[in-house]
Amino acid sequence: MTNHWIDIKNADAILIMGSNAAEHHPISFKWVLDAKSRGAVVMHVDPKFSRTSARSDFHVPLRSGTDIAFLGGMINYIIEKDKYFKDYVVNYTNASLLVADAFGFENGLFSGYDPAARKYDRTQWAFQLDDDKVPKRDPSLNDPRCVFQLMKQHYSRYTLDDVSDITGVSKEDLVKVYEAYSATGAPDKAGTMLYALGWTQHTVGVQNIRAAAILQLLLGNMGIAGGGINALRGEPNVQGSTDHTLLYHLVPGYMAMPIADWQTLADYHKANTPVSYDPQSANWWQNKPKYFNSLLKGWFGENATKENDFGYGMLPKIEKGANYSYLFLFDRMYQGKIEGGFIFGLNPMNSVPNSNKLRKAMDNLDWLVTVDVHHSETTDNWRRPGVDPKSVKTEVFLLPSAHRLEKDGTVTNSGRWQLWHYKAVEPPGEARTFGDMLVDLMNKVRTLYTENSGAFADPILKIDWPKRYDADEMARRINGVFTVDTKVKDKEYKKGQLVPSFVALADDGSTSSLEWLYCGSYTEEDGNKTKRRDPKQTPMQAAIGLYPNWAWCWPVNRRILYNRASVNLEGQPYAPNKAVIQWQDGKWVGDVPDGGWPPMATGEGKHPFIMTVHGFGQHYGPGRMEGPFPEHYEPVETPVKSHPFSKQLNNPCYVSVSSDMDILAEPADPRYPIVLTTYNVTEHWCGGGETRNVPNLLEAEPQLYVEMSPELAEEKGIKNGDGVIIESARGRAEAIAMVTVRMRPLKIQGKIVHEIGMPFCFGWTTPGSGDSTNRLTPSVGDPNTSIPEFKACLVNVKKADKLTELA
Amino acid sequence: MPKAFLIDTSRCTACRGCQVACKEWHELPANKTKQWGSHQNPPDLNPFNYKLVRFSESLENGKIKWFFFPDQCRHCIDPPCKNEAEGYMDGAVIQDEKTGAVLFTDLTAKLAPEACEAVRAACPYDIPRWDEKSGLLTKCTMCFDRVSNGMLPACVKVCPTGTMNFGERAEMLELAEKRLAEAKKTYPNATLADADSVNTIFLLMDEPQKYHKHVVASVRTGLNRKQFLSSVFGPLRRPMQRAVRA
Repeated sequence: MTNHWIDIKNADAILIMGSNAAEHHPISFKWVLDAKSRGAVVMHVDPKFSRTSARSDFHVPLRSGTDIAFLGGMINYIIEKDKYFKDYVVNYTNASLLVADAFGFENGLFSGYDPAARKYDRTQWAFQLDDDKVPKRDPSLNDPRCVFQLMKQHYSRYTLDDVSDITGVSKEDLVKVYEAYSATGAPDKAGTMLYALGWTQHTVGVQNIRAAAILQLLLGNMGIAGGGINALRGEPNVQGSTDHTLLYHLVPGYMAMPIADWQTLADYHKANTPVSYDPQSANWWQNKPKYFNSLLKGWFGENATKENDFGYGMLPKIEKGANYSYLFLFDRMYQGKIEGGFIFGLNPMNSVPNSNKLRKAMDNLDWLVTVDVHHSETTDNWRRPGVDPKSVKTEVFLLPSAHRLEKDGTVTNSGRWQLWHYKAVEPPGEARTFGDMLVDLMNKVRTLYTENSGAFADPILKIDWPKRYDADEMARRINGVFTVDTKVKDKEYKKGQLVPSFVALADDGSTSSLEWLYCGSYTEEDGNKTKRRDPKQTPMQAAIGLYPNWAWCWPVNRRILYNRASVNLEGQPYAPNKAVIQWQDGKWVGDVPDGGWPPMATGEGKHPFIMTVHGFGQHYGPGRMEGPFPEHYEPVETPVKSHPFSKQLNNPCYVSVSSDMDILAEPADPRYPIVLTTYNVTEHWCGGGETRNVPNLLEAEPQLYVEMSPELAEEKGIKNGDGVIIESARGRAEAIAMVTVRMRPLKIQGKIVHEIGMPFCFGWTTPGSGDSTNRLTPSVGDPNTSIPEFKACLVNVKKADKLTELA
Repeated sequence: MPKAFLIDTSRCTACRGCQVACKEWHELPANKTKQWGSHQNPPDLNPFNYKLVRFSESLENGKIKWFFFPDQCRHCIDPPCKNEAEGYMDGAVIQDEKTGAVLFTDLTAKLAPEACEAVRAACPYDIPRWDEKSGLLTKCTMCFDRVSNGMLPACVKVCPTGTMNFGERAEMLELAEKRLAEAKKTYPNATLADADSVNTIFLLMDEPQKYHKHVVASVRTGLNRKQFLSSVFGPLRRPMQRAVRA
């Protein structure tokens, strides 16, 4: 979230799209309903009428995978009807920047596409620079090469007729949403967008969110109270684990994973440190070397020296362009290229697409260590239905892990608040925390390396590794310490003392920090700030529900990101009743400002979007794989053969794996005419590995179901409560039919298209509950993130003669 | 002044936190359930579910409506179940003076099955359930143990949206009127269900029967003669039954 949970109450319009907030983030609705009581309009755009829809002012059903068409239509509507917040757009976004001549768009493709590589030459999308290498701007927004004009032209194709035709949303409903939401373009009005996996889990996932960003920038909704782009993150500390980067292409703090091309630290910094020549651009990432070197120092301690590039040479480097995401990892496992590994607290045999292939792939391992609270479809894959355990060669270990209530530590919520949680009870039996296990395991490996030597011993022996795991100690290391006596402003810090904020991190080896964004969370002055529970606030903060002394929030306890965009050039709030910050008597009051520079009008200011190179909010986003503007492309498995916006049917850059088990349906495949979308339920957590073992939750949602419209049910001779078989090109699943008016048939290109929906939380280790829904879904992913397209694929459905999985 | 619940269904998201918290607090075992084409599970109140969120959906003029009803004992001000039970035995059903909680005691196990059925039938809201195994009559306890110790009932404590509220009856009535006035702006048919006669006051967005057939006492249907008499004349029958049993 750019904002936070409580802040939702400040919105005048709430668009919930790509999310079933009420069911999957129940606490969100405390604040959504609060906003509604104050007169906010709440809209839910989603294929299914859910409990979220029931509490919204209205629900608009759309076909899965057509969000960009829907949002592109809104961009067009706002520009055509002059609904945007012009001052904001001119001053704070890149709408006025001029784009170089090489950029173009034709037949659904941007310039620079290489069909063989399925990649773009993104250098063709650059901005025009003046002699000082500062981007050229036209504040009148009239230059035909300015972002605003290019954007206007791009989305002029997204007419109500065409959008309606492909999304299945009536023109009346489109206008209803567009009108209500675009009203937040008024300077003192706020609109928020709440999204979750319904936007991300598509082959156009990243561009769905880019489209939302464009809308929020047009309407001046970024940086303000009640605004923002708000990703509702998952329960299992998804925000925290993302910040600490459980992703192959990043290291902690959203910095790139080293690749083979960058052999030295200088190479790494040259390739990754952005340069701006605009004195008004803070270009915050210019500080990256400080953060990266401090991370190296955190990893290798005394063994990280200036002379050895702070140990950079000891880091693994991935091949340029290689994909190590789980789609590709399991594909390599299927090809027999992986011998063994560890799976911690994850149930991929249930929650990763094409489960049938994955389950076979894991049979190829020689050994496997699983670490979990319960037995799951992953820990017990070797004895899955239809498989003789004697035929599986894998030696499988199951280590019992502690539950999160059985350990100390922090969780970072969606609003970026880092909160300490305390152990409630001791772990039972031999169960241990992941931290305990990992620290001891590594120490054992280090002992073996010391005694016996081994290949490439340096990173193992030279890492600054603790003797025992201690959550408090880890929190201190994450914050970071000075490695030599240092003076910050007037204050002396001794070697080993905590760094007060990331502003004090240095690139010379004098500081360490395992995550620069968390630097400032644990200080000499205030101790462990994640333990703070003080509701103290100023009247200005109280007006918007901002609690600066409750826990701690990254970065530097700033609760609303880009908050200098909430004020005019003089530093005065656009919405005085909901002011986030204000320039008063020569200083900022309210939230922690995004940089302490004075207002822009003083001439000493910096553009508010400090994390972008040029300091502007990006309508035009030249960094993404498939283009600087979001464009509608169909899901890889689509019920249509064409769409109205171009001849390019699918995302030209989507990623996929190929094997004999990775079969895809044809566009508009007559064998699989129905769209399937998949989702969570309130009562179970992700793949259900934990919650299916909680009897009271299993009582409330006991078995796999499929939600379908009465119209489809009648067509197929299915009654409510019947057992049915759902089949895709890859697999089949049994489910109980939930025939409901909450699923509506959609009219797409003049024809009725049915969509059905299934949860994915049931599995065979809970007998009679059903088995993985992901046996149906395809291994295709977004080119930026490789997130799979769980939300839209093609299936057929029929009444079952006999049920075995649900018996 | 007794305590009361205000259950504002216009804020309910059917997360079922209340349903599960109730089970957890009372340490009630899970039922073996099956998916039966509805999210409402278990399908009905039973000896191990004192609280159940009921789901009711319809398509009216192309508009989908989905109502959620977190059903539970109404803790009636003049409880027919108590009046009925006292016809058989004192102390099986009692009403706590201080909180107004209507409580089924262990003595209900000593009631004959027919008497249990009569107590059940006396309830205009179809709440009590009979546990065949223990012989006990069961229902919501108003978390009497928690409330007596200054805590909120478990269902109220966990509610994330302000649907479940609990406090002094006067406060709850005041809150109910305030919420009703607000709800009426969006839902012209909004009402408070039987607010004068119960301590579990539901704020409804629409006609009661759209939620569930036993939402208000007046729309109770399908009563046999015995049930009808029981509900109307329960208090009058009491001395007569005592006489009979004596």
